[in-house]
Amino acid sequence: MAFALVASGDGDLYEIIGLSLQVSLTALFASCIIGFGLGTLIAVTRFPGRGVAIIAFNTMMGLPPVVVGLLVYLALSRSGPLGVLGLLYTPAAMIIAQTILITPIVAALSRQIVEDLFNEYDELFRSLSVPTLQAMGAVLWDARFSLITVALAGFGRAIAEVGAVMIVGGNIDHLTRVMTTAIALETSKGDLALALALGIVLLAISMTVNALALSLRSTAARQAYA
Amino acid sequence: MRDAAHPMGEIGWIAAEDDGHGAAPLLPLTVRGLCYEAGGRKLINGLDLELGAQGISIVMGPNGAGKSLLLRLLHGLISPSAGQISWGAAPLSARVRQRQALVFQKPVLLRRSVGDNIDFVLRLRGRASAGRRDELLSRVGLLGLASQPARLLSGGEQQRLSLARALATEPEVLLLDEPTASLDPASVHLIEGIVVDAGRSGVRIVFVTHDIGQARRLADDVVFLHRGRVAEHSVSQDFFRTPASEAARDFLAGRIVL
Repeated sequence: MAFALVASGDGDLYEIIGLSLQVSLTALFASCIIGFGLGTLIAVTRFPGRGVAIIAFNTMMGLPPVVVGLLVYLALSRSGPLGVLGLLYTPAAMIIAQTILITPIVAALSRQIVEDLFNEYDELFRSLSVPTLQAMGAVLWDARFSLITVALAGFGRAIAEVGAVMIVGGNIDHLTRVMTTAIALETSKGDLALALALGIVLLAISMTVNALALSLRSTAARQAYA
Repeated sequence: MRDAAHPMGEIGWIAAEDDGHGAAPLLPLTVRGLCYEAGGRKLINGLDLELGAQGISIVMGPNGAGKSLLLRLLHGLISPSAGQISWGAAPLSARVRQRQALVFQKPVLLRRSVGDNIDFVLRLRGRASAGRRDELLSRVGLLGLASQPARLLSGGEQQRLSLARALATEPEVLLLDEPTASLDPASVHLIEGIVVDAGRSGVRIVFVTHDIGQARRLADDVVFLHRGRVAEHSVSQDFFRTPASEAARDFLAGRIVL
């Protein structure tokens, strides 16, 4: 029955899937902009408190989604500092929560990758007097396969997350209902077919992401670019 | 030590002339009282050296004598604990370093194709052109491998690519840190040919090697290091015929030099 639902092209089902992808991909895009930038900056520069920043990002990789949801809720609620924006219970709030959740993952993992490669290139770059910004660009480009894998890991975390989007999105039908929150709701209602159908799609997305990551890694290794 | 103050006397100094780029000449190189300490040990210990404007200088010495360190200090990759390095009249700076190139013992190649490794440097120097890239690759015999990933090249090919990349910067001084270590004779021959050609075209070469045969083939003058100092700096023929220092005599005779 769940497979039939997926195959039937059910409008509600695909609306939920569409919103899930929209929210998580937007959050991923924002996280990559912020996370790759921060990760690269920490990797190639030396400043007081750098070690603390690395520990902080590494620690935040395991941020509990419900805590992130709670903090974003407090910030966006009517009496919160960003309450005037009126973003609570909108997809934008869910994007903010997921961005906060996965940016530390993207930043911490990309920092490690970029730092390893930068250390490898360091003497060459200094010998050639490569300007810092150009060096950062070159390292990011050469590490692109590994960084795409990082992005996919971030996407995997975002798309499967339920606690934060439930709190700040409210799981409102046709507005903020995504796959994970819908699965939780339909299960509690006893509509296991829809819950299972969404679960199948979620698993398929997760498997696709993992297959892509693996394929990228092996392609990069085969071509000696990794 | 044989005439350490003017070791290049027989080869002759080239008068300081404008290099055509409007910049002061990089040579002669003058090093005075150079020291480098690490872990409480003086690895370079009061080293004095003068190099003239032309030719191939071979830097030799036993393991731990400070050969690679000297090259890194001359290139400014590491800072001395004490002493002075003057390229021409100028102290070592990023601008001076841009007029030199260093080839590392272990090639550091970008995770890109062979051609892209050259393009990176050409773009950096504002001289990007497919023709120039192909000319450089052709010069080192790698034109047919331009689209291959650089890391799939053999050890000798990787070192030739490093050399081509160094030449892409159009250096006035080329510093080579044992570029033929662990390579087969054919690769050594190819690399030596490229270095000699570069020397003939006016690039000043400073070449670190352990290989006595290679030093005999290439050297105009030999700088022999021992315990972080210049034990001897002589014209090549004199060095190999009548080494002045005991350490150099032992080294050339294949005896252990401590």
